[in-house]
Amino acid sequence: MNSNDTLIPYVGVVTDIRIDTPDVKTFRVEAPEGGKVFEHMPGQCAMLSIPGVGEAMFSITSSPTNKEYMEFSIKKCGCLTSWLHAMDVGQMITLRGPYGNAFPVETELKGKDLLFIAGGIGLAPLRSVINYVRDKRENYGSIQVIYGSRSKDDLVDYQEIIDEWMADDGVEVNLTIDNAQEGWDGHVGFVPNYVKELNPSTNKTVLVCGPPIMIKFTLAGLKEIGFTETQVYTTMELRMKCGVGKCGRCNIGNKYVCKDGPVFRFDQLDELPDEY
Amino acid sequence: MLRIAVDKLYDLFAAVSAKNTLYIPTNREDGEAEYKKYEPGMKLTYNLNTLRSAKDFFFPQTEDLVEFKMDGKNIEVKDIRKESEDFVIFGVRPCDARSFTILDKVYLVDPVDSYYKNRRDHGTVVSLACTRPAETCFCQTFGIDPTAPEGDCACWSDGRYYYFKANTEKGTAFLDSITSLLEDGDTAELDKAIERTKTIMSKLPLARLSTENFGGDKLNEYFNSDKWAELSESCLGCGTCTFVCPTCQCYDIKDFNTGNGIKRYRCWDSCMYSDFTKMAHGNPRLTQLERFRQRFMHKLVYFPANNNGEFGCVGCGRCLSKCPISMNIVKVMKALEEK
Repeated sequence: MNSNDTLIPYVGVVTDIRIDTPDVKTFRVEAPEGGKVFEHMPGQCAMLSIPGVGEAMFSITSSPTNKEYMEFSIKKCGCLTSWLHAMDVGQMITLRGPYGNAFPVETELKGKDLLFIAGGIGLAPLRSVINYVRDKRENYGSIQVIYGSRSKDDLVDYQEIIDEWMADDGVEVNLTIDNAQEGWDGHVGFVPNYVKELNPSTNKTVLVCGPPIMIKFTLAGLKEIGFTETQVYTTMELRMKCGVGKCGRCNIGNKYVCKDGPVFRFDQLDELPDEY
Repeated sequence: MLRIAVDKLYDLFAAVSAKNTLYIPTNREDGEAEYKKYEPGMKLTYNLNTLRSAKDFFFPQTEDLVEFKMDGKNIEVKDIRKESEDFVIFGVRPCDARSFTILDKVYLVDPVDSYYKNRRDHGTVVSLACTRPAETCFCQTFGIDPTAPEGDCACWSDGRYYYFKANTEKGTAFLDSITSLLEDGDTAELDKAIERTKTIMSKLPLARLSTENFGGDKLNEYFNSDKWAELSESCLGCGTCTFVCPTCQCYDIKDFNTGNGIKRYRCWDSCMYSDFTKMAHGNPRLTQLERFRQRFMHKLVYFPANNNGEFGCVGCGRCLSKCPISMNIVKVMKALEEK
């Protein structure tokens, strides 16, 4: 018999919990003996579980260049995520992975000017890429991040964005919130409109993630500006059980989002039935 | 060809079951056939096929995956996998014998499913050629010859003898283990019996059902067909088709609190069920039309797209006889082809 099976998970310990927004927390996870439970590439996911509660797929928000731990930014919206939000530091969870492809940081994205566009919790999978390219700065061109949320309080990773990303040379960050609020003197408006206002150069390669409606209007706006679908990547989310293309849940057309995705270029998505 | 007289078959079962667990299809009280562990006195069914498919042997309806011991904030993972014992399945029909190679294309590709492989490695499939194919049979449509079955060892009957031919190493080992019971004999009568079966096959109502209009490149042709609304209108979403189907292999993973820890198991699931794709934030397949379409598109388009044109159906006909509203893959194929 095989020494291991991907369905048998590892144990990890939650060593830090950061409250990002009223409904998003970022969990730091390490192996019981310290260090990372497994390696990954930006955009890949892991199955997290509390046995007896449930198991679900989450993107790994930390960069692989972080050698000490993995992080998961998780929005409270269901049974398992409510349980995770109620955890204290020191709690063990199970995890397995890494699953899926990754953003092509070592191939197609190399040497490119990069534009990241995120809405709400959609920043979580992109943060892994952003910090990866910030750590390997010499391999990439300019970096622009356009990020929006419902309110200032709903911006995930806000402190890291202010303290680290904005302090970097060659990294431009444009933040926006849906409605004006006290204490916010930045841009106000929806992400797709802000993208059009900023009118980014069409030589950039775009990575977009957020609510489906935001992605839809952002893609339309990018096309108006002159971007083509082959320049734009996104990452998808569907219900998953196995993570390796066997249980059948995330099947769309001849693809399994868990193993053939979650990262797709928009011209690749065009070839799939509209079922996501 | 190696053969054994019909009245010696139970001597053969006794010899095989003395060494390994043997399963044969036998009749239940209600007249339906099912695979059971062989015991002396048990009779091989005369039914054409079993109510349930043979997939349970390698992909059981429920199976334990792993256990967890929970202690305060700590979790201990327990690998509960055990090496399977060797077993023999006798009497697998050619459609079901083919279904195993289809399941293999899901479960034995990287990363290999060790639970499935464990059973597959230890199971010997002795298939049994058909002599009386039924009105619901259409295995020919999918390139299966019911007079030349796959499986580790093929078996034929002409009414007087059972004839055997090994297809794999495991099949050879099976024949070696019963060699003292077998004799070498001519196949003249068997050849005649096979010709009779082929005549029946050519006259079956579904004999001319063809896959020529289906395959991996037909996504755009059929996905938005207006036929799906009519076809799926009466579907109850009961999932019977997926449960009796020898090639349906979707599964769910669930946890069970034993009172002494958590047991994680998997069980068959169905894309026909409304919560199959339901997530905390919504469901991409909201209506039965979308779920119904997924099942047939997967068998007729998506699976062949990923498997060199091989379809995810073996024409066993179980869904034809078991669907409570008499919907089935044959009706779907015919309706989609009409354009």
